Amino acid sequence: MDLFEYQGKQYFARYDIPVSKGDVAVTVDQAVAAADAAGYPVVVKAQVQVGGRGKAGGIKLANNADEVRTHAGNILGMDIKGHVVKRVWVENASDIAEEYYASFTLDRGAKKHLLMLSKEGGVEIEEVAASNPAAILMLHIDPVDGLSAAGALKAAIDAKIPEKAQQGVADILVKLYRCFVEGDCDLAEINPLILKPTGEVHALDAKVSLDANADFRHPEWEEFKATEELDAREKLAREKGLQYIGLDGTVGIIANGAGLAMSTLDVVNQVGGSAANFLDIGGGANADLMASALEVINSDKAVKSIFINIFGGITRGEEVAKGIVEALGRVDLRAPIVIRLDGTNAEEGRTILANAGIPESKLTSKPTMLEAAEAAVALAK
Amino acid sequence: MAIFVDENTKVIVQGLTGGQGKYHGLRNKAYGTQVVAGVTPGKGGTDVEGIPVYNSVAEAVAATGATASFVTVPPKAASAAILEAAAAGISFIVCITEGIPAQDEARTYNTLVRDFPNVRLLGPNCPGIISPGKCNIGITAGEIAELPSASGPNVGIVSRSGTLTYQALYELKQRGIGVSTCVGIGGDPVPGTSFIDCLREFQNDPETHAIIMIGEIGGSAEEEAAEFIKANVTKPMSAYIAGVTAPAGKKMGHAGAIVSGGKGTAQGKMDALRDAGVKVGQNPTEAGSLMAEIVAGLR
Repeated sequence: MDLFEYQGKQYFARYDIPVSKGDVAVTVDQAVAAADAAGYPVVVKAQVQVGGRGKAGGIKLANNADEVRTHAGNILGMDIKGHVVKRVWVENASDIAEEYYASFTLDRGAKKHLLMLSKEGGVEIEEVAASNPAAILMLHIDPVDGLSAAGALKAAIDAKIPEKAQQGVADILVKLYRCFVEGDCDLAEINPLILKPTGEVHALDAKVSLDANADFRHPEWEEFKATEELDAREKLAREKGLQYIGLDGTVGIIANGAGLAMSTLDVVNQVGGSAANFLDIGGGANADLMASALEVINSDKAVKSIFINIFGGITRGEEVAKGIVEALGRVDLRAPIVIRLDGTNAEEGRTILANAGIPESKLTSKPTMLEAAEAAVALAK
Repeated sequence: MAIFVDENTKVIVQGLTGGQGKYHGLRNKAYGTQVVAGVTPGKGGTDVEGIPVYNSVAEAVAATGATASFVTVPPKAASAAILEAAAAGISFIVCITEGIPAQDEARTYNTLVRDFPNVRLLGPNCPGIISPGKCNIGITAGEIAELPSASGPNVGIVSRSGTLTYQALYELKQRGIGVSTCVGIGGDPVPGTSFIDCLREFQNDPETHAIIMIGEIGGSAEEEAAEFIKANVTKPMSAYIAGVTAPAGKKMGHAGAIVSGGKGTAQGKMDALRDAGVKVGQNPTEAGSLMAEIVAGLR
C-alpha cells in the first residue's frame, strides 16, 4: 500500500523523524486554516501518487492567506497525469542549504536490507544512478544486526555527506531504519533530505510503501486504507476478499493461483486479445467464491467475454463445475463464458457442465488454455 | 535418487491439528510419505488419525528421529515455528504459510543463515516438494506427478508458482515423462531456497536428466539463475516466465510478483534464460512441448 506524502510524513512523525509543521486540506478554507497554523510562508503541495507534480504546477509557495487561497483553489481538482488532486498538504516553507537522499528497501537478491544514501538529493534517484552512480552509497544491512548509531554515522561519512550534516543525517537514518523495520515498510524514502541554513537535518518529502502482509499488527493503518485510490471494480473485489487488479481490456479473467492467472493474461495477449483484469480465486474455487468473482467481472462494463482458467490440483474439477453452475444461477451475466478445466477430475467437471443445460451462447468448454483463450478473444471482438 | 527428500525422509507436521495441517498432513501420509508426528503446543499426547502429536518439535524429534518438517501455521506464528524446528535439529523445513510480513521473512532467513547454516528452508508461501513415489511434503496433489522411470530420462521441476507447478507436472504426465523431484520455491520476496539451490542439486542428481524452470515477474532470481545455468548446468532445460502482460507497479497476487522501476520484467528474464541456452516457451504448454522434444532427444 502506497501512502500519500502527508500520510508518509505523519508516519515518519511517529518515529520522531523531523518533518515540517503542516496539515492536510480538502478545501480552500481548510488550506488557509492549515497555513495560518503552520506559519507563513507555506508550501501548498498536491497529494497524488505520481511523480512530476512540481512541473505540473502542483507545488506552490504562498506568502499569505490570499496566495494560499489562489494556489489551493487551482491545485484542488487539478488533473496530474490522470490523477485528480483531492487533497493538498500545506506546510511551513523550509529554507534549504543542501539536498540529500536516503532510503531503505529490501534487496531481494541479497536478502538483506539496503540503505541508499546520496549527497545528491532533490532529483529522481534513478537519474543520479544513471548519470553519477558513484554518488550513491549502497549499504547492505543484515536484518539480524540492524543499523547502529555508529553504523549510520559511518554511512553518512562514506556517502561524503558534508561534515556539518553528518551527525544530523546519521540520527535520521537510525530513525528511518526503525520506521522501515518496525513500521513494516517495503520502502521508506526521503527525497530531499535537507540541511537547513541553521544546521538542522529534516525530511522535506516522504515516500512510504507499506507491506500489506503486516496489516494484522498495525491498527493505525486503517486510516490509510480509507484513502486508497481503488476503482469501483477493485473496491467490490476487496469487499469479496478476492485478489483482483483492474486492467483495460475486454476479456474478463478468472483463474486459480497467481501464477496461472498471470499466465492466462499472457496467453490472451498472445492470441491478440486483452485482459480486463487479473483475478486469482485461490485454491478452493467453491460456488461462493466463483459467484463473487463472476459478480465482480460482471460489474465491469468493458468485459465482452469471460475466460475461466482452472487447473485442478487440490481443487477438484467437479467442485469447480458445481460452483460455476450454482454461480450462474445467482448472477445474471452479460458476457459469455469460455472455460478451460484441466487437472484433477477435469473430465467429471466437464460432464457436469455439459449436462447442466447451460446454452452454448452462455458457456463453452475448451480442452486447452490456448484454445480457450482463442475462443474468448474471438467472442470479445 | 531425488533431491532434498526421498522415501527415507521422516516428516513432522507443525500445525497438524489445524484444518489445513490435518488435511494436507494426512494426504501426504496417504501418498506414502513417512509422516511420523505432529506438533501443536498444548496438544501433546493426543493424535490425529494415529499420528502422535507432541508439544514441541524437540519432543517430536527425540521420539521419532524426524529430519524434515512441514510448517502449516498462521503468518503470525510461522517465523517462530521455523526457528523452533531449526533449533530442534530439523534439517529440511517446508513452510507453505502465505502472508508472512517481509520483515519477518528477512529476519528469519538471515537468522537461519547465521545460526543454523545446515538447515534448508523451502518457502514460505510455496506448494512444497514432491519426489514422486517417494515423498510428498506440502499441498501438491500427488496423483498428477508422473513416477520417475528407472531407465530415464526424468525431469526435475523448479517453480515459483503453485498452480503453474501443477501445470508443469500435468504437462509431463500427459506426455508420460517421469519426474525426479518437483520443487515449488514460492512467490514471496525472501524465499529460503532459490532457483540456484535447486538447479545445483538437479545438476548433481544422477536421476535427473533435464530440468524445467518456471518463473514469474519481479525481483532478479531468474536472471541470477540464468548466470548460474551458463556456468554450471549442463543438463538441457526448458522454461516459462509468467507475467509478460503484467502492468508495472502492481503486485500480481504473489507478494514478490511486481515489476518496479522497469526491473523484474518477464521479457528481461526470458532473454537472460535464452542467452543461457534454455528453451523458453511462451506459455506453460509450450514449455512442456519443448521439454518433450528435449526428452525425445535423450531417449
